[in-house]
Amino acid sequence: MSGSDVKFVPEPERYEFNAGPMHHFELARRDFFKFLGAGIAVFAVAKDALAKQETAPTQGFHSEELPNNITAWLHVGEDGNVTAFTGKVEIGQNIRTSLAQTVADELRVPFESVTMVTADTALTPFDFGTVGSRSMPTMSPQLRRAASAARDLLVAAAAKEWNVAAEGLTAADGKVSDPATGRSLRYAELARGKTLAENLPAEDPVTPPNQWTIAGKPIPKKDARSFVTGEHKYTPDFRRPGMLYGKVLRPPSFGATISSYDAAAAQAISGVVIVRDGDFIGAAAANEREARKALEGIRVEWKEEPQSSSKELFANLKKNASAKSDERSRKIKGSIESGLAAAAHRLDASYTVAFIAHAPLEPRAALAEWSDGKLTVWMGSQRPFAVRDELASVFHVPEDSVRVIVPDTGSAYGGKHTSDAALEAARLARAAGHPVQVVWTREEEFTWAYFRPAGVMEVKSGIAADGTLTAWEFHNYNSGMSAIETPYVVPNQHIQFHSTQCPLRSGSYRGLAATANFFARESHMDELARTAQMDSLEFRLKNLSDPRLRAVLEAAAKSFGWPRKKTQEGQGFGIAGGFEKGGYVATCAEVAVERSSGGVRVVRMTTAYECGAIVNPDGLRNQVIGANIQGLGGALFEAIEFENGRITNARFSRYRVPRFRDVPEIEAVLLDRKDLPSAGAGETPIMAVAPAIGNAIFDATGTRLRSLPLVPNGLPSLKT
Amino acid sequence: MAKPIELTINGKRRTVQCDPETPLLNALRDDLNLTGTKYGCGEGQCGACTVLLDGAPRRSCQMPVSAAAAKSITTIEGLEKDGHLHPVQQAFLDAGAFQCAYCTSGMIMSSVGLLATNSKPTTAEIVQALQGNLCRCGTQPRIIEAVHQAAKSRQERGR
Repeated sequence: MSGSDVKFVPEPERYEFNAGPMHHFELARRDFFKFLGAGIAVFAVAKDALAKQETAPTQGFHSEELPNNITAWLHVGEDGNVTAFTGKVEIGQNIRTSLAQTVADELRVPFESVTMVTADTALTPFDFGTVGSRSMPTMSPQLRRAASAARDLLVAAAAKEWNVAAEGLTAADGKVSDPATGRSLRYAELARGKTLAENLPAEDPVTPPNQWTIAGKPIPKKDARSFVTGEHKYTPDFRRPGMLYGKVLRPPSFGATISSYDAAAAQAISGVVIVRDGDFIGAAAANEREARKALEGIRVEWKEEPQSSSKELFANLKKNASAKSDERSRKIKGSIESGLAAAAHRLDASYTVAFIAHAPLEPRAALAEWSDGKLTVWMGSQRPFAVRDELASVFHVPEDSVRVIVPDTGSAYGGKHTSDAALEAARLARAAGHPVQVVWTREEEFTWAYFRPAGVMEVKSGIAADGTLTAWEFHNYNSGMSAIETPYVVPNQHIQFHSTQCPLRSGSYRGLAATANFFARESHMDELARTAQMDSLEFRLKNLSDPRLRAVLEAAAKSFGWPRKKTQEGQGFGIAGGFEKGGYVATCAEVAVERSSGGVRVVRMTTAYECGAIVNPDGLRNQVIGANIQGLGGALFEAIEFENGRITNARFSRYRVPRFRDVPEIEAVLLDRKDLPSAGAGETPIMAVAPAIGNAIFDATGTRLRSLPLVPNGLPSLKT
Repeated sequence: MAKPIELTINGKRRTVQCDPETPLLNALRDDLNLTGTKYGCGEGQCGACTVLLDGAPRRSCQMPVSAAAAKSITTIEGLEKDGHLHPVQQAFLDAGAFQCAYCTSGMIMSSVGLLATNSKPTTAEIVQALQGNLCRCGTQPRIIEAVHQAAKSRQERGR
């Protein structure tokens, strides 16, 4: 193999949905003002290449020329209220608040006067999806530039009104003022009677983070009151006139096909609509119970295919790996052979991660309504435009006949990218001639959604006598390429992803494969530190030049009090770190292992996170701590078990997720870098949790655990 | 077979027409449009469907509607009085004790139930009371803080 660097594209994962969309916007410019009333509107145009990828290709609005890569727009109304539009969705990550802060900050209006309209394919600009921690790094600057341009328009309008030069005027608190005369005009007055729409100038300067007044503040969640009163409507809470409840008859195993079908008895029940379309069987009725009963009355025999089980999962992933490898999935630097030959110590170890489920508390759900050949779907989704396109394609209707609306959703964690529930509800609704709502049961959710892919990671490494890394060979089978590269300085590297036959439907999960790759790398680094007889932090810093990663490792260590002396039997400390998607993370963990039972309890975690300039420290803290808690599940006990095409632990009583008693004392140390652009925070803070805990367990017991979950049933080897 | 069943919900008499075996959760959500109470698992494991029955927290997905007929049912919609949030609702709001907030109704109902029998719970008692309520976003520390805060403000207000 050649020793030269090859082009290495770690994103998107192969299982990400990256087909280019082809569509046009539905809201013509004239309609825009009809909908929002007169005022001033600005259309944000994608500037950088990454943002462009998240926008539509060529076609603009129906009637008037608009740039094709619009990512957001905003409107200042005659009442001075500001409405900003984005295709991103609110799934608990708090973008409704942080993006509104961004707009208010740049436009110089009170936070309360900004309303965000999100994720409605008829109203908001195209968006690829709320994925990959992209909302802050791409949407936030777009909205800021739109707000800045709107402010310029308002200032220009005031200058015209007063017949003075715009340069001397200032904008603040929803007003344009003239310091020379002391007069001022409210935005409401300036917007009155106007229908002024502007595309964004190519470059519009925005306010630097050190001058932010509303962004950067811990502003409470928008509409928070509606969540504590139960008033907020999630998708399963929507009711439409004449709405029926839909249920789908699931096959007994993955891939099963219908060999005989008799629905005569079920069809005799009045008020029930039964649909069979290929291998899809569903029923809609006035309530869930009747729909379920109708399905129970259908006699169907299935043809099943024998399938593998979770017991032989990792052997199969290796065995079935593709022999082919393309350059995109491989990175070679220097020579592994000479790096290993030069090493004083060599280490060879293999790590695994299980399939896990997102288990969002709001299950996948959709409500579909057909009217005059047009389809409206309410759905908890991270990719409303992709859902729209799929609906249009499956039902053979034009895209502009389909509208997908995403109410603020009961979480997703990367799990709500597909359109399954929408297709089911729409199919039933078309047959029933009524709106139909489909809400998946928890068991369906655990079975028919998709999983974080399982994986095998093999690492071969070498260090010199002084602890300097000389060689790093890293292979990932199946789980993916996110964060597959090492952030440490190693002259000789071979890093490779291997695709293989994956036994379960797999997809995005908070952090994608980075959690698996972090786990393998940071566990292995810990093993190397032990081999070199060095402190784990010291060993990492010795092999690290990246100042941002050094900073989070040092910040976490300082706050945690690293290194610590053990004061109790069974106590252990671990550290891990890395970077991904523009965010830098380090986690320190303390565990307590009970020798008699093998029980492991995480006592304390400190996570330092840096994602550039912080937009909302309160929301960020919530995300970081939340990611740490969610990460505990995958680290300690979550694993999907399957056998012969069936999930065998598809319920919360059999699939353990973190509960109150599992939650340790957690500290989030947030590094605010006002000199750097804001990156996302939805994913990266989860990544160092598992290796930090695994390393702490080793510190406590001398037992190295190389599989996630680490201790689904405690540590059996310690049981006495 | 569907039968009329009389319920007392949030202090009002309501009649639902449904099969007596229908879970209370479905009667609330589908027949009475009280959708603040959520479905999360249908096996009493997640707590999203928690309501108060004669003041005690119960999983409405596990209870046939007929079994709730003689009791006083309180749902999340019944906590606010004369435009004033219940101290537990207010404390959740003040602590920002939610992310996606789908678990919030159940968390609040379980906490109201706890404070009804234990006006000043310790952290361990709060953890014990909320062990059956899942928050997948990982907001547990703030929820615990909110319950402490609610206990404090109830005492101050003497309610």
